[in-house]
Amino acid sequence: MRVPILKQYDYLVASVQSVLSDEELLLLRDDLADRVGQHRSKGVIVDVTALDLIDSFATRTLRAITHMLKLRGAETVIVGIQPEVAFAMVQLGLTLEGTGTALDLEEGLAYLDRHFNRKLYHAG
Amino acid sequence: MPAETRVGINSAADIVTARQKGRELALQLGFESLDATLVAAAISEVSRNIVEYAKRGEIILQPSANGSHQGLCVVARDNGPGIADVAQALRYGHSTSRGLGVGLPGAKLLMDEFDIVSKLGEGTTITMRKWLH
Repeated sequence: MRVPILKQYDYLVASVQSVLSDEELLLLRDDLADRVGQHRSKGVIVDVTALDLIDSFATRTLRAITHMLKLRGAETVIVGIQPEVAFAMVQLGLTLEGTGTALDLEEGLAYLDRHFNRKLYHAG
Repeated sequence: MPAETRVGINSAADIVTARQKGRELALQLGFESLDATLVAAAISEVSRNIVEYAKRGEIILQPSANGSHQGLCVVARDNGPGIADVAQALRYGHSTSRGLGVGLPGAKLLMDEFDIVSKLGEGTTITMRKWLH
């Protein structure tokens, strides 16, 4: 299933709805690279709340997404990594170096607002 | 006792099926959700290794017992090219593909037992177990 990507002002929000196969993850990467150009987006939130596991391939792809979008001029923040998913990543020694992370969608929006030093969403 | 489950690994999509079946079996056997996630993660890594290097193979999931120990056994088997240097393949951060070099050493870290038999030109069999504590 293709991950829906919503435009919110100059941010994009990709909400992963179910467990993703390798191909679907790569499709998300390519879709985001396109959409950032199409909408001239400055920030991207990838909500992975629905992922039951982030293994080495998913980690590598999420890092690639962040780096690609950075090269396209957009800041990425990954939100919603579940406690057990985080634990398995730590056990595997997987890190999301260079990628912003936040607890949930709300914190992700606040993260981007802080990054761009504005108050589009950031209350207080 | 649940019977053994076999999942054919022929494409990356089968990795998801294998790890979901593994998680289900772990929960059925009484593993806590956190440990079931670790089992699923280990299955994901060894399955991906099959897709990456051997193209096809299978994952066999079964209950395991050793004296009073109960647990889960995962066998990942393929008839692929085999691994030339097993010690190197188990070294963290080493990869002969574009990966992070986390797969096999990572799976070993997640499970209680990890055994690998590989023969060049014949294939690789990984047997790994996690015990209920």
